Amino acid sequence: MTRADVIQIAYLIAAFCFILGLRWLSSPRTARKGNLVAALGMLIAIIATLVDGRVVGYTWIAIAAFVGGSIGALVARRVQMTAMPQLVALLNGLGGGAAALIAISEYHVAGASGEARLGAVIAVSVMFSAIVGSISFAGSLVAFGKLQEILPGRPITWPAQKVINGLGAIIVLGLAAYASFNIHDPLLWLAAALALLLGVSAVLPIGGADMPVVIAFLNACTGLAAAATGFALNNSLLIIAGVLVGASGTLLTQLMSKAMNRSVTSVLFGAFGGGGGGSSGVSATGEALPVLEISAADLAAQLVYARRVMIVPGYGLAVAQAQHPVRELADLLIERGVSVAFAIHPVAGRMPGHMNVLLAEADVPYDQLLEMEEANPDFPQTDVVLVIGANDVVNPAARDDENSPLYGMPILEVDNAENVIVFKRSMASGFAGVENMLFHDPKTRMLFGDARKSLTQLVQDVQAV
Amino acid sequence: MSLITELVILVLAAWVGIEVISKVPQMLHTPLMSGTNAIHGVVIVGAILVLGAAAGGTVETICGIVAVAFGAANVVGGFVVTDRMLQMFRRRPEPPKEGQG
Repeated sequence: MTRADVIQIAYLIAAFCFILGLRWLSSPRTARKGNLVAALGMLIAIIATLVDGRVVGYTWIAIAAFVGGSIGALVARRVQMTAMPQLVALLNGLGGGAAALIAISEYHVAGASGEARLGAVIAVSVMFSAIVGSISFAGSLVAFGKLQEILPGRPITWPAQKVINGLGAIIVLGLAAYASFNIHDPLLWLAAALALLLGVSAVLPIGGADMPVVIAFLNACTGLAAAATGFALNNSLLIIAGVLVGASGTLLTQLMSKAMNRSVTSVLFGAFGGGGGGSSGVSATGEALPVLEISAADLAAQLVYARRVMIVPGYGLAVAQAQHPVRELADLLIERGVSVAFAIHPVAGRMPGHMNVLLAEADVPYDQLLEMEEANPDFPQTDVVLVIGANDVVNPAARDDENSPLYGMPILEVDNAENVIVFKRSMASGFAGVENMLFHDPKTRMLFGDARKSLTQLVQDVQAV
Repeated sequence: MSLITELVILVLAAWVGIEVISKVPQMLHTPLMSGTNAIHGVVIVGAILVLGAAAGGTVETICGIVAVAFGAANVVGGFVVTDRMLQMFRRRPEPPKEGQG
C-alpha cells in the first residue's frame, strides 16, 4: 500500500467519523460523544494531510495553526451562551474566507505553472469557492456585527438595492468566466473583492429578526464552498464534509423560514423584519380592548394548585436574564407535585434551537423541553400557561386572521389552555409589530414588569403559599 | 479521481447528510449548527496542502497562512463551543434514577 492509499483510508475514516458524529446528534444522550467523534475525525484528517508527500514545509503551518487554534479555543471558552449566534456567524465566516483563499492560491499556482486557461472542472470549482467563500466571509462578518450590535440591527437599505446587487452579481460572474480563460491573478482578486462587497450589501438590508435564516443560509454557503475546494484539490474528504454541511445548512434554512412564515427568497431579498415592520390597522381596534392584570401573589396560589403548567419562553426571557429564576420556579412547582414543561417554538431565540441551549445552561433538564408539535396537543389539558418574553409565536392571529401578516406561521396554541399568564414589560408589540389579541382574551392575565423581577417575586410567593 | 467519481461522492454525501440531519431534534439545532460549522473547518486540510506545498511563492504563502489560521480557529472554536453546549444538556437529576431504574 502506498502512502497515498493510507491517506485515502484515513480520509475515509474521517468522513465516517463526521457522519457518525452527526448521527449521534439525534439524541441529547449521545450528542456530546458525537461531537467528540467528529473532532477525532478532524484530527485524523489533519494528521493524514500533514504526512502527504506534497507537504514539504511545516514551520508556517505550525505557527498559523497554533495562532488560529488558540484564538478559536479562547473565544469558544469565553463566549456567553446568549452570544452563540454571533460566534457561529464569525466561525462560519472564517471557514468561508479560508475556502476563498485556497481557491485564489490554486488559481495562482495554475498561472505560475504556465497554463493560460483553467480546465472546465477546475474553473467552475475554483471560481465557485472563491466567490461563494468571499460572499460567506463578508456576509457572516456583517451578520456578526449586527448580532453583536456593532452595526444597527434594523435593515439598512438604499435606492435600487436589488438592481445594484443584481448587476454586481452579473459582473462578478462575468469576471470569473473571463478569468477562467485568461489566467491573470488580479482578475480573480477583483472578482473576490467584488464578491466581498456583494456579501456586505446582501446582508446589510436584512433585519435582526431574520438573522436565524441568514446564519443557516451562510452556513450552507460555506459548506458548499468547502466542497468546491474539494473538486479543485481533488480531495474526496473536502467534498463529503462540505456537502454534509451544505445539506445541514439548507435544511435549517428551510425549517427556519417555514417557522417564521417567510420564504427564503423574501428573507434574502426582501429587506424586512427588523422591528417595526409595516403592519398597522390591526392595532387601531386594539386600543380600547380590556387588559386584565394579575399580581404575583395571586398567580403563585393559582400555580401551586394547578395540575399542569406549561412555560413558553421567548428571547425576552434571555434578555432579562431570567433563565435561572424560571428554572427555580419550575423546580419549586415540581416539588409540590405540579407537572411542569417548557414549550419551545422553533424560532425562540436568535438562532435555531437557541432557547434550548439557554435553558440547558440554567440547568433545566432536557426532558422538560417540548417542541411545538409535542406541546400543542398538550395545551387543552394545561391549567396555566406562562408566556415569558414571547409574543408573535403565541399570536392567535397567525391561525385565525387571514389579513394578519403573521397568518400561516405555525404558533404555540396557548389560547387552548385554561388560563394564560403573559409576562410583559409593557403593551408594546412584537418583532413583527402586530397587535396580539391573546392579551385581550378573557382567560388571559398580564403580569407587567421586568421578567426577572417578576419571576423572583413569584418564586418567593410560591414558597410562602 | 475522475469527475464522475467525485460527482457520485457528492450526491451520496448529500443524500446521507439530509437523512442524518433531518433526524436531529430541534432541541439540538444550535449545537448542530456549531458542530457542522466545525466540520466545514475541514477546509484546513486544503489550506495545509496549499501552504505545505508553497515553495516560497508569495501568493501561496500568504493565502495559505491566513487560510490555515482561519481554518484552525474554525475547527477548534467550533468543536470546543459545541462540546460546551452539549455538556449542559442533562436529564432530570438523580431522584428518577432510582424510581425508573
